[in-house]
Amino acid sequence: MQNLAVSNTSLALSFVLVLVALYFGYKEQLGIDKDIIIGIVRAIIQLFTVGYLLKYIIRTNNIILTTTMIIIIVTNAAWNAKKRGQGIPDLFWISLLAIVSSTGVTIGVLVASGSIKFIPQQMVPISGMVASNSMVAIGLCYRNMKSNFKDRHQQVLEKLALGANIKLASMDILRDSIKTGMSPTIDSAKTVGLVSLPGMMSGLIFAGVDPVKAIKYQIMVTFMLLSATSIASVISCYLAYKKFYNDQSQLVL
Amino acid sequence: MTEVIKLIDVNYQNNGKEILSNINLTVNQGDYLTFSGPSGSGKSTIMKLIANMINPTTGDVEYLGKNVDSYEPTKYRQQVSYCFQQPTLFGETVRDNLEFPFKVRNESINDEQMIERMEMANLSPDMLEQKVIDLSGGQRQRVALLRNLMFLPEVLILDEVTTGLDKENKDIIHNLVNHLNKKHEITVLAITHDQEEIDNSKKMIQVIDGKIGGQ
Repeated sequence: MQNLAVSNTSLALSFVLVLVALYFGYKEQLGIDKDIIIGIVRAIIQLFTVGYLLKYIIRTNNIILTTTMIIIIVTNAAWNAKKRGQGIPDLFWISLLAIVSSTGVTIGVLVASGSIKFIPQQMVPISGMVASNSMVAIGLCYRNMKSNFKDRHQQVLEKLALGANIKLASMDILRDSIKTGMSPTIDSAKTVGLVSLPGMMSGLIFAGVDPVKAIKYQIMVTFMLLSATSIASVISCYLAYKKFYNDQSQLVL
Repeated sequence: MTEVIKLIDVNYQNNGKEILSNINLTVNQGDYLTFSGPSGSGKSTIMKLIANMINPTTGDVEYLGKNVDSYEPTKYRQQVSYCFQQPTLFGETVRDNLEFPFKVRNESINDEQMIERMEMANLSPDMLEQKVIDLSGGQRQRVALLRNLMFLPEVLILDEVTTGLDKENKDIIHNLVNHLNKKHEITVLAITHDQEEIDNSKKMIQVIDGKIGGQ
């Protein structure tokens, strides 16, 4: 751990890197200077807040406080996932159910198998990882579903006109959307260690943990994310597609 | 004569725009009705209402004396079957399309039945495994129509299914539909601009500006 020494001075000096981005933005007239500054200010405030909050939560090691933190993470993830499917009703509740299920099942299995303990320094980052990956997967599902229902509108109508129920009429779209939601996790599982050293593993190595031990955690994370994104994609897609129809099985969105 | 379809004071609006106004129509079993009129006059909307693809803003659509809302939509649409203009074919092969009606009904796939229907539409049984992208326009339209006819419906709705086809393909479809209408008493509602089809029909209905203009 003694290798980790980001002092306030070194942090301030690393701000030079932001100036590089600002310089290019200004020189190339990209019009993103304001966005860079807002992004950086937000990141600093958010990370400092979370840092102090986590410090407090870890120090108190209170089960209610840890659970509350997980609830906040999951709710935020659901709120953000919902934005990807604007126009589809009830998406917040669908996303919340999908993320609660993916996080609950995944973490439940990991805790039950003894891979992780229900302590804040493990529960908060792990649930954050699961919820954010589920959020991205669900967002991709919604976006794919919306564009597919638009592009394949005629085909869906024809299937309904032939007497298909809404599930059969939407099956191709459902499968496509679930696959789209899961594909980033599958792709990153294929290239993990070859193209990128993922966050969990990098963090442990950075903190001085033996890389062989670090990969075990990374393997666990890969299993965890595959399960989480599949659960989240399946639940969100199977609940969301119904919102494209009314109770007369007519396509309304 | 059994009244199969009845539209009573039907109005339909879309985004505040009036598409149909005060439509009253009775269709008896075995009727062959053709609908004609300028494009945008509301012909397809009438057909979609009858097929329960959309709901009227006001008024009632009845099937065999009961509001269509009271039927289970999938079962209803298997009886009142709507074939679209320029339909999309499903999957990759002709088989994928002809198997669909079996999947809809949870019935085991019957190749004999598929081949029998293909022969009715002058399609060679060898075409069953043919890729849909290799089909001509007329063949595509016939395959699409066979999806509606794999299990014979009570009412067949044809939305300009022969538009853009050559005479040979039009004749095949006309003969098939006439045969079904005469031999099996299938009620046919067809939107068409084709004179031969209008001549074959028992009754012609003009739709103009969202109103039934004359019969």
